Order: sequence, then structure tokens, then C-alpha cells
Amino acid sequence: MSANLLAIFYLISGILFILALRGLSSPETSRQGNLFGVIGMVIAIGVTILSIGNFSTGLLYLLIFLLIGGSLGAFIAFKIPMTAMPELVAGFHSLVGLAAVLVAISAFLNPEVFNLGVLGNIKIASLIEMSLGASIGAITFTGSIIAFLKLRGIMSGNPIIFIAQHYVNLFLGLSVAALIFYLCKTQLDSLFWLIIALSFLLGILLIIPIGGADMPVVISMLNSYSGWAAAGIGFTLENTALIITGALVGSSGAILSYIMCKGMNRSFFSVILGGFGGTDQKSSVKSKEQKPVKSGNADDAAFLMKNASSVIIVPGYGMAVAQAQHALKEMVDTLKKNDIKVSYAIHPVAGRMPGHMNVLLAEANVPYDEVFELEEINNDFAKADVAFVIGANDVTNPVAKTDPQSPIYGMPILDVEKCKSVLFVKRSLSPGYAGIDNDLFYKENTLMLFSDAKKMTEDISKALN
Amino acid sequence: MEIDPFIFRLSIFILSIFVGYYVVWSVTPSLHTPLMSVTNAISSVIIVGAIIASLAGDSKDIFNTANIFGYLAIILAAVNIFGGFLVTQRMLAMYKKKKKDK
Repeated sequence: MSANLLAIFYLISGILFILALRGLSSPETSRQGNLFGVIGMVIAIGVTILSIGNFSTGLLYLLIFLLIGGSLGAFIAFKIPMTAMPELVAGFHSLVGLAAVLVAISAFLNPEVFNLGVLGNIKIASLIEMSLGASIGAITFTGSIIAFLKLRGIMSGNPIIFIAQHYVNLFLGLSVAALIFYLCKTQLDSLFWLIIALSFLLGILLIIPIGGADMPVVISMLNSYSGWAAAGIGFTLENTALIITGALVGSSGAILSYIMCKGMNRSFFSVILGGFGGTDQKSSVKSKEQKPVKSGNADDAAFLMKNASSVIIVPGYGMAVAQAQHALKEMVDTLKKNDIKVSYAIHPVAGRMPGHMNVLLAEANVPYDEVFELEEINNDFAKADVAFVIGANDVTNPVAKTDPQSPIYGMPILDVEKCKSVLFVKRSLSPGYAGIDNDLFYKENTLMLFSDAKKMTEDISKALN
Repeated sequence: MEIDPFIFRLSIFILSIFVGYYVVWSVTPSLHTPLMSVTNAISSVIIVGAIIASLAGDSKDIFNTANIFGYLAIILAAVNIFGGFLVTQRMLAMYKKKKKDK
């Protein structure tokens, strides 16, 4: 196959990848989009194998390894519960990162097959591209592992902070840049290994100070990194499909990070610098502890909802933890039988990754046209009778609008307090991830339902029937 | 005067960033999780690099160091390709519209 024809095929698969993302603009076209992505991938892999034209035993091994990895991936994809999507995606990012590192290493060790020169005398441009790809890939790899461990709960979600942390990171980053410079001058392979080692370390250090509540930003950011790493390798291999994909993924992750930061009203840098969102942080709670709280049981909640004409559900991470989405759907079905209008309100940063709540509700067979984003539904709270807050906390805290001293001041919130009455399912009065007390608990029209989210929704369903 | 092919690749790269920017903004927020899993799957097209690394070169010596790194990368990328597309498929299949006959 001629190099030109090959390039055209890579271009086609690049375009198919663009169409794959384009399909996600609505749920109807999304499944077709995913198919485009698969076709693009098959083309890219197929033409690469054909272009090498080496049908020796090497190809057999290649197919075997492809099958091993593929069946492992398929197994994971079918087994994973939807509540575990954030850590799955983090885990997958780490694999892309490591694959980028491995490809860069083999290109460095065997530059002839990639047309990059000979070992010890690799083209300068290629050296820069492959070391950038390897370095970003390495950061993505270890960073995603840390994110995975935090999301999985193996590692505490609390930020890990030590003295001069940011200077250490800055120093490491500059060292990597300096090493790439010297690598180009000397072509010493020890420098290449050192770049990768320092990048591994940098990935760990970048993510450990970031708290659990900021994970939506982190996971989007690592998504973006994995794209830039792929693009770096794409330049090295002079491969259009990889360059296009890298750019797409890189900008996609960057946009998601931006949306998440905006959802929390925090600057990207303050998230990256970290230290926020630990559970041991306490702000000015002091006198508030003694304020009276109205608490109720499932029967009270059922009574309130039965007499309502419209109910808005506000799900949050707690719903995911309690796996309460199916129980919630059952409760809503009962409400609907009583001719009560029900809709769902989703805050941009609800959950641990962008769109996390939407997937869980979709899993529980909630039609997606009953689920609304913050801007779409926020005005409806004033008209609604009952807001049912399940597993969300900080995203409903009116303090974000009233108290300039509060760490979440300025964050867009769901105006739950404007509802005639608020039902708040929560295990205790403890503050949310931002470590601040929620004024909503003490409002006249709030009824606290202290229980596990799943158990409470089940009990309410029973009481409704 | 000739233009360095690098400039062409850079042009593709930069234009793709713009394409990505506009395409991703049009993605509905409720599909942001599938967006992440599908971008993850397509970034595994890095497997083409792994294929070149493991197949090209001396066919008598299929297990030299560079090849082994290639094979490892193939396994990792394959996990991602199959896992990423399938889990996206699984998620997208769950998004349903309200039934009319209610």
C-alpha cells in the first residue's frame, strides 16, 4: 500500500472519530456515532497491518495479544456497575497513558522502523515529539492511577499536602523540559529514561493534593492529557488519525474541565493547586450546631408528596453510593400514578464525573427528557411543591449566594430553597465535601429524612401505596 | 521553497483542535459520561504505533526489546478499545425517551 493511500485511510478514520463525537449531540444519534468510532478504529488497525505487509509469526502474536486485551476489556465493560464509571474511566485513561509511554519507548529504541533516523541519531523534531508524548503519557498514567485509587476509595479522598509542594512540582516540570533539551543535544538514552521517571513522579504529585470533591475536574483533565499524549505520539509517527484524535480528545477534556470548574465557580488553577474538598476541613460552624432541625420519617414524606402537584428530584453522589437509583425510579412511578408531575434536576458537578447522574438515571430507565440541567430547571423550583434532595448537599446550599466568606460563594446552585417544602434525605447532619454546613437543613420548610438513601426511598414507596 | 511536512501536520493538529472545540460544545451535558468513555476509546488508536513497533523490523527476531514494548502497548490499547466502545454502547443503550402511550 502506498504511503499516500495509507494517509488517506488514516484521514478517513480521523473523520469517523469526529463523527463519533458529533453523534453525542443527542441520545438518538449517539449510538450511530459510536458505530462510526468503531469503524474508524477498524480501518486504522486494518490498514496499518496491511501496510506493513509482514504476515509472519509476528502477526499471529499481534492478534493473540489483541484478543487477550480485547476480551479483558470486553469483560470489564460488561461487568462494571454504572456507579463505578468514574473509576473505570480513570483506569482506562491510565492505560492510554502507559500505552503512549510504551510506544514512545519502542520508537526510541528502534527508530529505523518508524523512519525517525537511527538509534543515537534520531531527528531532533522526532525526539522532541516522542519525549513530550512519553512525558505527558507518563503523567497521565500515574495521575490516573492516583485518581482511580481515590475514586475507588482505596486511597483516602483527603488532599495530601506537604511543604513547598508546588515548588517541587514546578521544579520537576522544569527539569523535564531541561532534560528534553539536553536529550536533543546529546541523544543519551539515560536522559530519556530519566524524563519518563520524573514524569511518573510528577503525575503522582500533581493529583495527590486534589480532594475528592474536585474529582470531576481531575478526571476531565486527565482525559485531556491522554489526548495530548496521543497527539505527541501522532506527530512522532507522522500519523494523521492519531494527530486528529489527540487534538479532539485533548480539547474535549479541556472543555469538560472548564465546564466542571464553572459549575463550582473555581478557577482551574485553584483546583490544580489542590488542598480543597477534604472531609476533615471545618469552617465557621461553631454556634450553628445547636440550631433546631425538623426531621421526619417515610410516612411524613409520603404524605407531603401525595398532596403535591409537582415534585423535583435532586440527585447527588450519595444516590450513587447508596445505589438508590432503581428505588428512586419506583418511587417516582408511584407518584406519577397519582398524577404528580415529576422532573429531575442535575447540577453540573453532581457525582464524581461529568454526566454521572444522567447515566445512573438512564440505567434506572428514567427517560432522558424528564432530566434537566441547572439552567433549564432552576426557575421551576419556585413553582414546585416538593423538592426531594437525595444524596446531594453542597450544590443546594444557599450559602453560595448569601455568604461571601463561604468557600463555595459564587457557585451556581439549584434553588431548592424556593420550593414550598424540601425533603432532604441524608444519613446525618454532617457537612458535605466542601466541609461547610448547609443552611437548608435549618430552614422552616425543610424536613430532614435521616436514613440511607435507598432504604428511605423504598420506605416512601411503601407508604405511598 | 518547500514546506516542511511538519507544518502540514501542525495545520491538521490545530484545525482538529478547533473542530474538537465546536463539536464538543454541541454535546448534550447528559451525555458527558459517554463522551469521556468514547474519547478514551478513540485515543487508543495509539495502537497503530504499537502495531508498527511490534510488526516492522526484523521478522526473524520477533521478541527483541522494541517489539516487546509494542506487544505490551497492544494489550493495553486493546483493553481500552474494546472496553471503551462496549461500555459506551452499554451506556447509550440505556438512554430512552418517554413512552408516548401514557
